Amino acid sequence: MSQTSRRYLHVSLACVPFVMMLVLTPFMNRTTPYVLGLPFLLFWIVLSVVMTSVCMFVVYQTDPANRDDADATTQVQS
Amino acid sequence: MNGAMIVLILAFVATLALGVFARRGKQMDLEGWSVGSRGFGSLIVFLLLAGEIYTTFTFLGASGWAYAHGGAAYYILCYGALAYVISYWLAPAIWRYGTSKKLLTQPDWFISKYNNRLIGAVVAVIGIVAMVPYLELQLKGLGIIVEETSYGKIPSTLAIWVGALALTAYVVISGIHAAATNAIVKDVLVLIVVVGIGLYLPLHHSGSIDAMFHSVQNGHPGMLALSPGSYNTGWFISSIVLSSLGFFMWPHYFGAVYSSKNPRTFRRNAMLLPLYQLVLLFVFFIGFTALLVVPGLADGDMSLLAVARAELPSWIVGVVGAAGMFCALVPGAMLLTTCGTVIAKNVVQEVSPGAPPARIAIAAKICVPVVALVALFLLFQGGSAIVNLLLLGYAFVTQLLPSMLMTLRRNNPITAAGATAGMVVGAAVVAWLTISTSSASDVLGVLPPALQHINVGVVALVINIVVMIVVSLVTTSQNDTDATAERATVASPAG
Repeated sequence: MSQTSRRYLHVSLACVPFVMMLVLTPFMNRTTPYVLGLPFLLFWIVLSVVMTSVCMFVVYQTDPANRDDADATTQVQS
Repeated sequence: MNGAMIVLILAFVATLALGVFARRGKQMDLEGWSVGSRGFGSLIVFLLLAGEIYTTFTFLGASGWAYAHGGAAYYILCYGALAYVISYWLAPAIWRYGTSKKLLTQPDWFISKYNNRLIGAVVAVIGIVAMVPYLELQLKGLGIIVEETSYGKIPSTLAIWVGALALTAYVVISGIHAAATNAIVKDVLVLIVVVGIGLYLPLHHSGSIDAMFHSVQNGHPGMLALSPGSYNTGWFISSIVLSSLGFFMWPHYFGAVYSSKNPRTFRRNAMLLPLYQLVLLFVFFIGFTALLVVPGLADGDMSLLAVARAELPSWIVGVVGAAGMFCALVPGAMLLTTCGTVIAKNVVQEVSPGAPPARIAIAAKICVPVVALVALFLLFQGGSAIVNLLLLGYAFVTQLLPSMLMTLRRNNPITAAGATAGMVVGAAVVAWLTISTSSASDVLGVLPPALQHINVGVVALVINIVVMIVVSLVTTSQNDTDATAERATVASPAG
């Protein structure tokens, strides 16, 4: 993956939680249907938080910085 | 003496011992005291940064908000997650520069980046003004928690004094290490308590989470979503924006970042912490169940403690109180350490530049009881205005953000004068809007309803940015003219 395309990937992934929480929330502001026992808005917020972690996981895995720093630490990442 | 009191006293002895013995085998110069000699591993840094998730404000506040305002409480889940996304890039940048320049405080960052000492003093003052109410809130929360969970046997005033004394003692002795050791116990305890009673209460009372939510919806239609009114979607979104931006501008956040051994920790935290803070979901469950079990409380913030007392045996109430106690003391220790360092390094050293490092380290420790006493004084003077003071503090520290972000650019077009003017004007606008009106709606009456409840901090932030840019443009062109004039007279080529 080239540096530019990786940059685009990272920026778009980082935008996902912002769009979900700040842009889409007004459209999800309803109590029904209940999903997993949660009122719909709360489910949407929980989903957004989980997606935040998923997006940041992909960013972390594809970021070469996390390999470069490995030299400076005692940790070994396979 | 009941079961709860025994548990509370044991927890208090434990926190004091952990705090005091934390210094063993540690270097205790100013760098060791304030940022742990920059040697903290992933777990401690994770917990110090996660410390922001569980303060007394979230412990009592998240359940209290769910109890009193329903869906509006969900914003607490959002701002942390967004803040951690930003932290993926921001925290390593702060760490890298801070470590290479041996910075200890947030004002140090501004002094070094803008090459100007006045801006450091301004940042120090804004930071301290914001941190003292935060500390006050932790102490007030501690008092409430201990009084309630001891079934009134330990009065709140006594708990606050004893808590403040213990806090002062172990911060003077161990500095940031006191917060670090206590942070481990705190998070284990809070996880067990919150998940445990967050599942037990709704299951015990309603049979299932689903049924609990349906009962709430039947009793209070629309409460589980955002309703029109003060806490509408406009308020929700602006509060998330403001809180996630302010998140990093707390002075003690910089201390926690500088204390890390390596920057990779922050990137890993950025993916783990959003999931970790989902534990707050269980705090919401507690707040909503409280609405069914103990309706009609005058103060929503008491809902978690009230429902625990109503439904749980005495010794478990004690464990809840112990968890709450740690929630107050860990951030309290972090705040006191940071206040001490900032005052010693950015105020005392400015006044007497020749002071040897050892004397600055002593000054930092002397500041600790002083700050604690100021917080206690304000606490016993103030009363219920504290939550407002905290929101004021949040809006205050957010004013540091624009000029902070600009320093991350390779060529920063903002001048020290511009940055200083922006943050001073921003802070003044926050203070004025907060004192004169409870929200910005009077000033912004012309805007559509959804935008009326926009947080005062966001308004001040916009004014801050405008002032910052304008003053920078003026001072830059002045500097350019000066430089040109200088070049003309000296006739030497620009370096």
